[in-house]
Amino acid sequence: MNDQLNYLTEKVAKGLMTRREFVGRAAALGVTAAVANTMLATSAKADTPKRGGMMRIGSSGGESTNTQDPALTASEVPLNNLRAWGETLVEVDPNGELDYRMAESVEASADAKTWSFKIRKGIPFSNGKDMTPDDVMKTMERHSNEDSQSGALGIMKGIANMKVDGDNFVVELDTPNADLPFLMADYHLMIQPGGGMDNPGAGIGTGPYTIEIDEPGVRHAFKRRDDYWDSENRGWADEIEQLVLNDATARTAALQSGQVQIINRVDPKVAALLDRAPNLSVQSASGRGHYVFIMHIDTAPFDNNELRLALKYAIDRQEMVDKILRGYGSIGNDMPINASYPLFDESIPQREHSIEKAAEHYKKSGHDGSPIILRVADGAFPGAVDAAALFQQSAAKAGIPLEIKREPNDGYWSEVWNVQPFCASYWGGRPVQDQMYATAYLSTADWNDTRWKRDDFDALLNSAKAELDQGKRKAIYSQMGQMLRDEGGLILPMFNDFVAGVSNNVGGYVNDPNGPVMNNKSHIACWLKDA
Amino acid sequence: MHPILKLIVQRVALGIMLLFAASILIFGGTMMLPGDVAQQILGQSATPENLANLRESLGLDEPPVSRYFQWLGGILQGDLGTALTNGRDIAESLGGRLKNTLFLAFWAAAISVPLAIFLGLLAVRYKDRIPDKVISAVTLTTISIPEFMIGYVLIYWISIRLGWFSSVAIINDSMSLGAKLNAIAIPVMVLTLVVLAHMMRMTRAAILNVMQSAYIETAELKGMGMLRIIAKHAFPNAIAPIVNVVMINLAYLVVGVVVVEVVFAYPGMGQYLVDHVAKRDVPVVQACGLIFAAVYIGLNLIADIVSILANPRLRHPK
Repeated sequence: MNDQLNYLTEKVAKGLMTRREFVGRAAALGVTAAVANTMLATSAKADTPKRGGMMRIGSSGGESTNTQDPALTASEVPLNNLRAWGETLVEVDPNGELDYRMAESVEASADAKTWSFKIRKGIPFSNGKDMTPDDVMKTMERHSNEDSQSGALGIMKGIANMKVDGDNFVVELDTPNADLPFLMADYHLMIQPGGGMDNPGAGIGTGPYTIEIDEPGVRHAFKRRDDYWDSENRGWADEIEQLVLNDATARTAALQSGQVQIINRVDPKVAALLDRAPNLSVQSASGRGHYVFIMHIDTAPFDNNELRLALKYAIDRQEMVDKILRGYGSIGNDMPINASYPLFDESIPQREHSIEKAAEHYKKSGHDGSPIILRVADGAFPGAVDAAALFQQSAAKAGIPLEIKREPNDGYWSEVWNVQPFCASYWGGRPVQDQMYATAYLSTADWNDTRWKRDDFDALLNSAKAELDQGKRKAIYSQMGQMLRDEGGLILPMFNDFVAGVSNNVGGYVNDPNGPVMNNKSHIACWLKDA
Repeated sequence: MHPILKLIVQRVALGIMLLFAASILIFGGTMMLPGDVAQQILGQSATPENLANLRESLGLDEPPVSRYFQWLGGILQGDLGTALTNGRDIAESLGGRLKNTLFLAFWAAAISVPLAIFLGLLAVRYKDRIPDKVISAVTLTTISIPEFMIGYVLIYWISIRLGWFSSVAIINDSMSLGAKLNAIAIPVMVLTLVVLAHMMRMTRAAILNVMQSAYIETAELKGMGMLRIIAKHAFPNAIAPIVNVVMINLAYLVVGVVVVEVVFAYPGMGQYLVDHVAKRDVPVVQACGLIFAAVYIGLNLIADIVSILANPRLRHPK
């Protein structure tokens, strides 16, 4: 009984169970309400942060080719590294609000075209020098100038001019953008001394840790800095070690045997089983990431909206969530936005799976019945090949001849995605709607992987950007979402949760919709209870 | 010149030519793969601008042939160059990985080779009786199960249930030998189970073959014990085929264990090579390919020389 009670108190402490539920469950075990409440009080006390110890995390998404250069970071292991040593101007917290890091405040001009970030003073880099607005300026330059190799280049494009004005870093935009501060939360934009122009991979920043050992593809070890500016909120463990464990079974085994305390990307197939293990819990955060099948709407036969609708009705979304995500996710509505985004319109009707409607639209499309080729690879998203097979089966019921063509993982992103007219893919999601739409649905976007090029849509996006009245913005975004839902080339069956495994010895873990493992900050924001 | 010395020189020269040919094949092969290193680094976040900038800074805008000869020029001066993906010195990072690979291969070989030969001898001694059948059945079973499966089963029982050894085999220079051996204990067991059968069966077959000879019968008639006959008379005459199969398995332990490396997150060369192939990091792929080819060629050379030395007729040609 004691074990069970401990388990329940743990659950309350982690916010997985309400107080009322706890008292009820405890009563079922023969514990009076008064005793149950005392137990809760102790468990809350055990949850105050503790300093010290060595935090070990096991992560997939690392290769021996990784670098510490933020510009070239594209996977989880190097991102976890960046979070340990670096910080951005702002971050987005789990509630979707701005969390000010290197900037202490931000102000916009009335037309949302000029943004002024007030930079904090007296924050030392790990090389001992103080961070200045000039460093911020140089960092942004490195990611946006004409030699830039940065993954953030796409989001820096709208910036017309940047300058330093006293303690402020000022950004002037071509067109108004009410969400600009959210763009500055992009993880590539870690503030580096001198912008990291001389040595971008030096790993020197304002974060809570410094790099001790850097063996790409194997492990990365960090030591806490004594002069970290925000030590009241982050940097609890004395040391962090990140082990690169790309194999899913190796990762879960390492967590189960206690060699690591936190792992990312728990395979949904084993998540429910793993959760039963005694000394750990599986944490699942519903996020903005989604798995998609994308059609180029400028290429036959996908230039026919009736055919697109037929395919959208033919896919069985609930089946995908149940079988591919094993319940660790939610159904999609053929628009890249869900309730995790600010200004989401809940009233947009959910598209239901309907064989009749699919068959009806397919007939209307006048398609000649030749096979429609869908290209997939396992690397497109976990379970992509199985999802395509499910899609093929439900489409066949509506008389739509889908043919699956398997592609190698290797080279998928350069040869198939954004090249072939119909394929599987995924999106990680963005902090705000504007950024998601601007990244992949604006006529001029490099990653417009559905070839959605509509002047009216672009105009709506721009008007939403400039609109500071949130009610009106919400209405515009709703209209845009519905346009994509009804006419776009995007079949979006499911939003995937971020599933992580966390040892019971870890305190402070919260679910964050912005990214996996607390938006890749679990190692710096959590503490060890036995430290 | 002594004929054996002459043979070695010939073989080494041939080996170098083979390496050269291998490097051309590897380079050509990586050129044929879709995408280039810049695309692979940027992945989904590639735009035409950052791709072009990255290509230029990595020197990918030069034609492939001139890149190959630049690389070859470097190699001939002993310079392996730097990795395109993260700018690290290849010789340095590769050196560490090679050391780890050899460390794991050494311990796996140190256990599996004597064990396989001993079990082979034992199987001959009790030919067609229970010990022979048990040894054959067990080793043939373990060679037939995929190595990752054996790995997972051992991890579950030995690491998670019993807690004896670590399931993560990440080792580094600051660890003591004992800690390192603890870390690689399970991978060594897996590799041993994987290579045992091949060597054991070959030992058994080679010795059984020799056992048919007249001189074994003579020894038997002299009243020698069976194990002693096998060890003193049969084994030396069966050594050539055994050495050959041992060398093939050693080569496998060095170049073919990437699956085991992945399962145990072992920082060896296999994973290092696979990562760089996936990113089209040609200089690293070339360097790894050369080392792997050199290991194969070198071990085969040793096998040939040992067979010659073990055979008096070849040792003293008329």
